[in-house]
Amino acid sequence: MKTLEQINELRIKKRIELDLRVNQVTGGEIHILVCHGTGCTSSKSPQIIENLRSLIKEQNIQNVRVIQTGCFGLCAKGPIVVIRPQDIFYSNVTPDDCKEIIETHIKGGKIVERLLCKDTDGTLVKRLDDLSFYKKQKRIALQNCGKIDPENIDEYIAFDGYKALEKVLFQMKEEEVIQEITDSGLRGRGGAGFPTGKKWEFTRQAKSDQKYVVCNADEGDPGAFMDRSILEGDPHSVIEAMEIAGYAIGANKGYIYVRAEYPIAVERFQKAIDQAREYGILGKKIWGTRFNFDIEIRLGAGAFVCGEETALLESIEGRSGRPRLKPPFPANVGLWQKPTLINNVETYANITKIILNGAKWYSEIGTETSKGTKVFALGGNVVNTGLVEVPMGTTLREIIYDIGGGIPNGREFKAAQTGGPSGGCIPKEHLDIKIDYESLSSIGSMMGSGGLIVMDDTKCMVNLAKFYLGFTVDESCGKCTPCRIGTKRLYEILDRITQGEGSEDDLKKLEDLSQNIKSSSVCGLGQSAPNPVISTIKYFKEEYIEHVKDKKCKTGECKALADIQIDPEKCKGCGLCKRNCPVEAIEGEVKQPHEIDKSKCIKCGTCIAKCPFHAIG
Amino acid sequence: MVHTDTEKVVEARKTVLDLILSNHDRECLTCVRNGNCELQRLAQEFGVTDIRYRGERNRHEIDDKSPSIVRDFNKCVLCRRCISTCKNVQGIGAIDCTERGFSSCISTAENHSLNDVNCTFCGQCIENCPVGALKEKDSTEDVRAKLKDKNTYVIVQTAPAVRVALGEEFGLSVGTNVQGKMVTALKKLGFDKVFDTNTGADFTIMEEGTELIHRLQGEGTLPMITSCCPAWVRYAEMNYPESLSHLSSCKSPHQMFGAILKTYYAEKNNIDPKSIYTVSVMPCIAKKFERTREEMQVDGLEDVDAVITTRELARMIKASHIEFVELEDSEFDNPMGEATGAAAIFGVTGGVMEAALRTVKEILEGEPLEKLEFTEVRGKKGIKTAVLNIADRDIKIAAASGLENARVLMEEIKNGTSKYDFIEIMACPGGCILGGGQPIKSSKTRNEIDIYKKRAEALYTIDEKSKIRKSHENPYLKEVYRNYLKKAGGELPHKLLHTTYQPRKKYDI
Amino acid sequence: MECKNCQKDQELEEILQIYKQDKDNLIQILNDVQEHYGYIPTSAQMRISEYLSIPFAEVYGVVTFYSRFTLKPKGKYNIAVCLGTACYVKGSEKILDRLKERLKISPGETTEDGKFSIEETRCIGACGLAPVFTINRRSLW
Repeated sequence: MKTLEQINELRIKKRIELDLRVNQVTGGEIHILVCHGTGCTSSKSPQIIENLRSLIKEQNIQNVRVIQTGCFGLCAKGPIVVIRPQDIFYSNVTPDDCKEIIETHIKGGKIVERLLCKDTDGTLVKRLDDLSFYKKQKRIALQNCGKIDPENIDEYIAFDGYKALEKVLFQMKEEEVIQEITDSGLRGRGGAGFPTGKKWEFTRQAKSDQKYVVCNADEGDPGAFMDRSILEGDPHSVIEAMEIAGYAIGANKGYIYVRAEYPIAVERFQKAIDQAREYGILGKKIWGTRFNFDIEIRLGAGAFVCGEETALLESIEGRSGRPRLKPPFPANVGLWQKPTLINNVETYANITKIILNGAKWYSEIGTETSKGTKVFALGGNVVNTGLVEVPMGTTLREIIYDIGGGIPNGREFKAAQTGGPSGGCIPKEHLDIKIDYESLSSIGSMMGSGGLIVMDDTKCMVNLAKFYLGFTVDESCGKCTPCRIGTKRLYEILDRITQGEGSEDDLKKLEDLSQNIKSSSVCGLGQSAPNPVISTIKYFKEEYIEHVKDKKCKTGECKALADIQIDPEKCKGCGLCKRNCPVEAIEGEVKQPHEIDKSKCIKCGTCIAKCPFHAIG
Repeated sequence: MVHTDTEKVVEARKTVLDLILSNHDRECLTCVRNGNCELQRLAQEFGVTDIRYRGERNRHEIDDKSPSIVRDFNKCVLCRRCISTCKNVQGIGAIDCTERGFSSCISTAENHSLNDVNCTFCGQCIENCPVGALKEKDSTEDVRAKLKDKNTYVIVQTAPAVRVALGEEFGLSVGTNVQGKMVTALKKLGFDKVFDTNTGADFTIMEEGTELIHRLQGEGTLPMITSCCPAWVRYAEMNYPESLSHLSSCKSPHQMFGAILKTYYAEKNNIDPKSIYTVSVMPCIAKKFERTREEMQVDGLEDVDAVITTRELARMIKASHIEFVELEDSEFDNPMGEATGAAAIFGVTGGVMEAALRTVKEILEGEPLEKLEFTEVRGKKGIKTAVLNIADRDIKIAAASGLENARVLMEEIKNGTSKYDFIEIMACPGGCILGGGQPIKSSKTRNEIDIYKKRAEALYTIDEKSKIRKSHENPYLKEVYRNYLKKAGGELPHKLLHTTYQPRKKYDI
Repeated sequence: MECKNCQKDQELEEILQIYKQDKDNLIQILNDVQEHYGYIPTSAQMRISEYLSIPFAEVYGVVTFYSRFTLKPKGKYNIAVCLGTACYVKGSEKILDRLKERLKISPGETTEDGKFSIEETRCIGACGLAPVFTINRRSLW
């Protein structure tokens, strides 16, 4: 148990101790920060941490600490190791590199050049802040990820942790807290973008003897790992925000619903809860006030639909995740029929910063309608796959090219998908769109939770729509007919088209059925399920027509339609395709144009991917 | 303002209908609900002539293992009324929605047959299903075959609840008493004798009333609970096996009657009992299971050879080109035709209780009853209770309908807090008139008409207009006891008219 | 209530004791049972149904609704190939096809010797490393 005074003292002391994490202080300790985010963890960063620690112990090196941190975001170049205070950024580190890091850098004071990160223009970059990947980012929700050890509450406290809670409990009335959030312009980051302050106000207004605060951590969008990174990298920011929400709306109990596929996040979050309880930050009469608050974790069990707020409530109540009809909304009738506030992880991650820095500060970032920043999980055919956070209004081009490093392998940009299976594709013509809620929906897409998948010109858009519908069919809860049977029928039509059995009437059917499913489904999953179909037809109609009329798939992804040919003008006869063909269907002499035997070709597309001259299509 | 008929709405509804039909077994011609199906009605209303979004269908095997009920998921539209009825109204939960998305399937635990799980065969799910996904096990073919067989003496008996509902299958209004036409139709179908189950009910009152009197005098377990409802008995055997001694040992009316037909009646009329084929027309599908119980036979001959529901009888009549509405009335065959008014009200919740009380009160008090109606136990309330003064003793009674209400009373017995002496339990809410074998009414009709009220009124009217209204005054019954059974509760009655119970596995898997 | 091969499973009872006999705890209990046994045995479903006073059909309904709960045990090495968008775009379907070929089983099945089972999984959030598959929930390239 710690009193408020003790926590404030601890903060001052610890902040001095950890100043080297953010400032170039000299003559003090050296901290080796090793990324312990998902991607790096799978790439052996725990081993790196262990190796470094053993070497330090063996050699009795003083004043050097190894710290595990949350996600740095540049997952493509992981495992990441950052040495502070110099702020040297090492990438693609392996456990075997530890010896050299200790010898050359820690003991010898020299940078290990070969471990430095190459920027997209090829130059070697020493410092994290100099990387073009980070230049256009503004990390608010991800503020502490990569800076602190998420399993140590003292480090969180050091960097203004739980200061916002103190401000709220002692200096602000409930209405003032809600006013601040409203004025900030924060909108729900789970995808729908509902004004957060308004939602808090509704829940506050509802009269009841019991209310709940729920955090939706059922991040199910394939390609999205923003929430995971926040939970694994900075869990206390969510705990603090939930407490602030509880205070504002009049709730004393919180639940976080985490999908079962995130065991590390669950573990870290539970640890954080335990530590907060130990310090008396969660529990009864917090810091001597009348405010009680505690949080429990509830696990999901593998159902994407449980990300829908009412399905989530059903799941917490021990039932299958089938959404409820709205209205009534959870703000009035929620968990166990009580008023419940449900917000997404990233939404909560913004709260403490708004309270401490003020609504005005937050509202000056972003666009007219969409304030603040958004975390995106950049994936697919892009050089710098990873986690990025940018101010609203940043263009798609900036994200993909300036931050993302562009399209690899010399290919061209074709489309970007935001919002996962509920979103729409964004074609080349909209690369300069300033990303915010309204602009994206105006072109037929949506913000979604943050998954941003980039696709190059080897991707078939019809196949993509089919892929997304396949996901939706699998995840539909089955309660309402339009979604249960409608999405299945959409999938079947798309499947036939990719098999070369589609007709022009099928395109009409896709459009009509999509509209009907959108208008009559009970929940957001069904209502947005046809979006990939609608947007790909809108922007890539010629591709659809090629599939149904000419029975051709130019990318070769639709195997039944692929007619893979080698262009004799471009072919240099290097033989790479011939050597890699799994069925030996390619013939040709060295330096002579090669040819594919169509009777043997299984249309796997390996040759297309291997050809360095893009001579195959 | 809310608009429910704009073009957009109609378009959306039509598409939803299209999608449902695309995943449906569209074999309407051979479906039991042809002509009485809510999906058919909607398709007609919306003028559906073709299905635009054809595709894969979610197919499952038909479950017809049990003697009472057949489940065909290929016709299910996932409205979930069956689950709601089974879980929330009846408190059983034998079925639920399994899997998810397109694979969603309404099924039992691990997809076992209803026969092997905790289903009681009450059939309320059938009464609520808008389509042909649930139906009774058909026995009309068996009966038809026997009717054609010159060497079989086919006797039919009809439950009280049937006569106030059968007419609905021929367009007559809900709750019309068609007893006379029903008897004529049965005769036209070729049954050798047409008797009234009500007669059996009078026997039940004699035996059960006597049993109650003995228990009230300290010989046996109290509270005593009626046992004429086979779904309730099955429920008790599965869920409260330790409390089976509370059940009356009496068979149900049609079983008692069947036993008497194959012994006393056969002997008296020089008919070889082995050549007798007894058919019961019931408002119930649990009776199809009841008659197969091994206790329901005497000297190797089953009391009842076949049970058909009100609906099955209607189909048999239609298939034989009998213009039901235009038939003249006939009387039941004698001597078994003259049943009492007390027997008639067996078909409504509280009726068995009332009939029993008329006999018990008069016997114990030794004086003719002033008032025959015990209105405290009438009505659709789930559990009706009363305290009656009989022979200077306060007898506490309860009448429950619906298995969830049965559970409430049984929990009290289990906890030792039950204060009752005599309890009547019917599995179907409202009693047999709303049983699992009765004409199925669409949700629209059930919202507009109080089916219970109309059918109940018809039965109470029969009672009021009956010449004899107390079971023990039934002259035929008196004759049978005098010449054959001797004493109520005696040795021969126990052999023919009483039964035993056994603990039953909820999940026989 | 009895079941044919049911014996009081001490391990199951220990799991149940952690939770109050409250219907809300169904999914938490099932998660623990899945974690412990690798699947949800029939006998466990029936015991849970009894413990929480929920019909067996309802327990079965919840078990079959959620992807995480399985009715059959998985292999010693359970390979889960991620078919999330990022992985898909980077060719994870081809990985799955090759596994199917090599092990001669389909997703959801286990090899006869009980050594391997494969499944398709939803996005596990390691998109920066796509394509990804996990073995017994520890991830690899």
